[in-house]
Amino acid sequence: MIAIHNARVLTPDGPLDTDLTLADGKVHNLAAGEATTHLDAGGALVGPGFVDLHCHLREPGFEWKEDIRSGARAAAAGGYTAVVAMPNTSPAIDSGHLARFVADRGREVGLVEVVPAGAITMGRAGNALAHLDELFQAGVRLFTDDGDGVADAGLLRHAMEYVAERGGVIAQHAEDPGLARGGHMHEGRISSRLGIRGLPSLAEEVMVARDLALAALTGVRYHVMHVSARGTVDLVANSKRSGLRVTAEVTPHHLSFDHSRVATMEPDFKMYPPLRTEADLAALSQALQEGTIDAVATDHAPHAPYECEVPFEEAPRGVIGLETAAAAVNTAVELAPMLFFERMSVTPALICGLSSQGRWIEEGSPANLVIFDPDISWVPETFLSKSQNSPFRGTKLRGKVLATLFQGRLTHQAWS
Amino acid sequence: MADLDRAGIEELLDLADHFTEVLERDIPKVPALRGATVATLFFETSTRTRLSFEKAAKALSADVLNFNPSGSSLSKGESLKDTVLTVQAMGVDVMVVRHQAVGAPARVASWVDCPVINAGDGAHQHPTQALLDALTLRRRFGKLDGLRIAIVGDIRNSRVARSNIDAFTALGAGVTLVAPPTLLPLEVDSYPVATSTDLDSILGELDVLYLLRVQLERGSGPVLPSLPEYVARFGLDRRRFGLLDKDAVVMHPGPMNRGIEIATDVADDPRALITEQVGNGVAARMAVMFRLLSGRGQP
Repeated sequence: MIAIHNARVLTPDGPLDTDLTLADGKVHNLAAGEATTHLDAGGALVGPGFVDLHCHLREPGFEWKEDIRSGARAAAAGGYTAVVAMPNTSPAIDSGHLARFVADRGREVGLVEVVPAGAITMGRAGNALAHLDELFQAGVRLFTDDGDGVADAGLLRHAMEYVAERGGVIAQHAEDPGLARGGHMHEGRISSRLGIRGLPSLAEEVMVARDLALAALTGVRYHVMHVSARGTVDLVANSKRSGLRVTAEVTPHHLSFDHSRVATMEPDFKMYPPLRTEADLAALSQALQEGTIDAVATDHAPHAPYECEVPFEEAPRGVIGLETAAAAVNTAVELAPMLFFERMSVTPALICGLSSQGRWIEEGSPANLVIFDPDISWVPETFLSKSQNSPFRGTKLRGKVLATLFQGRLTHQAWS
Repeated sequence: MADLDRAGIEELLDLADHFTEVLERDIPKVPALRGATVATLFFETSTRTRLSFEKAAKALSADVLNFNPSGSSLSKGESLKDTVLTVQAMGVDVMVVRHQAVGAPARVASWVDCPVINAGDGAHQHPTQALLDALTLRRRFGKLDGLRIAIVGDIRNSRVARSNIDAFTALGAGVTLVAPPTLLPLEVDSYPVATSTDLDSILGELDVLYLLRVQLERGSGPVLPSLPEYVARFGLDRRRFGLLDKDAVVMHPGPMNRGIEIATDVADDPRALITEQVGNGVAARMAVMFRLLSGRGQP
């Protein structure tokens, strides 16, 4: 039994200053009660644990970067109680038994709900459909070849038809391979002066525009991963207005930095899609506030330190984010507490169909919770992730996860 | 190159001028860097630049270590960082680094204690090339102020162009970039230059025609319909050479593709300064190494 005191609890009716008591993995009641463990929230927010639609836990196949245990520890430290694990492992998660392996490892670790995403194509090679029905039966609801977009429109159409019938989501890493070829950063003034080949915003926008037409044709639920460009925001907004079932996510780093950071040549600022312009950054923030972008997702992409000790163009793509996401978003974007938790927890849980996650707190709701103080400032220096490739290292952030509770158990706490 | 202002460039050019005189002596050598060790690490192949640095180091009486990545531990999977730390551990006073990746020499500099000279990084910068070109022009024209210079060719993928734009404009020259649209830099409006896609129309106004090698191997997909089409529009043949002012000069950083960007008889004309550029390269690199290691003695 755990009691949390002095909390600002996010209930279905809004914030409520109260104590609460947990029992049997559920919220027992919104009052002080008998407990073996007492946590003092000190007036901080207590809301549904964060849900990450997009992280790379690297297991199986790349365990020197991260594994499900280390990734789950990082997730718990970041206030997450559920994470969707991307299928670009080795082997790729293109079959039922592989998805079950990931989910089972997550249960063994027991720190966070690990939800496998399934590949759209076999081996993520873009040539033939993955075992979509098998994946569905193994619990997969979100299908993506993340790391690459599905370039073949005909094949994607078939995937959409198949997944639509089962009620799943097609999530696209939108990057037209021809326009993006050889690119390492945002194509613009800075890439031109550095002599680094760019990935134009159009590489994302062109594929999203195409996909939205296919989604309209097939009726599938379509999700745009890591939106980086202003034009993509406009495309998503228009589709939502016309009634398409489209959702979108944005990463904390795309909300925090623009492409001028790449001038440092630090591999910690290399990711696909790349950091873009100040105008893109402003459009992303506004879209997250207004709801054109539905969710924050980390795109947590660990790479071992020695893999990053190379020149920028030869560096691996992607940065870690689980442990800094909530603070980074709280620092970068003005969001009222209820809206903050909608974007970080409630909506992402709805998108990937997790019934015991992202629930406002009331008697009987699942005790998947985070205690988050939006006013504490701190500077991240080291990380629980096996990898340390964070663009936020050394950056002052506002907002700190004080504790995370998964199924009523304390999985992380920052009080010493 | 952009880190150097006019005064910084001119200081190096003055020093290089002095070294051109040294190189004309019977014994073209000074003891300035005796006892110092210069390591050249060319992760991307090069003939003239590596030889030029080696000659420059020897003319300053330094010892030279040449690192050749093929057949080295690099081909056995050793990382760039471990490779340069190994070389440093042998005791070197300056590293000369060429690498196919942008920013690699700067990255190396962050790992080692000695100075690092960028001998060309990806399509980014080739600062000693810009110095030797500026030296060549200053020795020819006295100064670069007011010179009208056209740089022609694959500018988008050229580190030579990026460094030369910085150096030439810092020294007061006006620069026009001439190329088909696919070889001009993106966002070219942000550069302190004019642009043209019509070489013939500007030839008569130029003091310097600077030709770049057509780097077909660097393209991303087809950037040119065909080589003959490029030659027809941008190649410097005898006819175009005749359109230049009688005092105008032609430059090329090498290696040349004779018959493509430059016709073979034009390349051999006395107003083509290509071999002078190579000679000045040694003096310019002596200046850079001397500047970095000075304190060890006077030239």
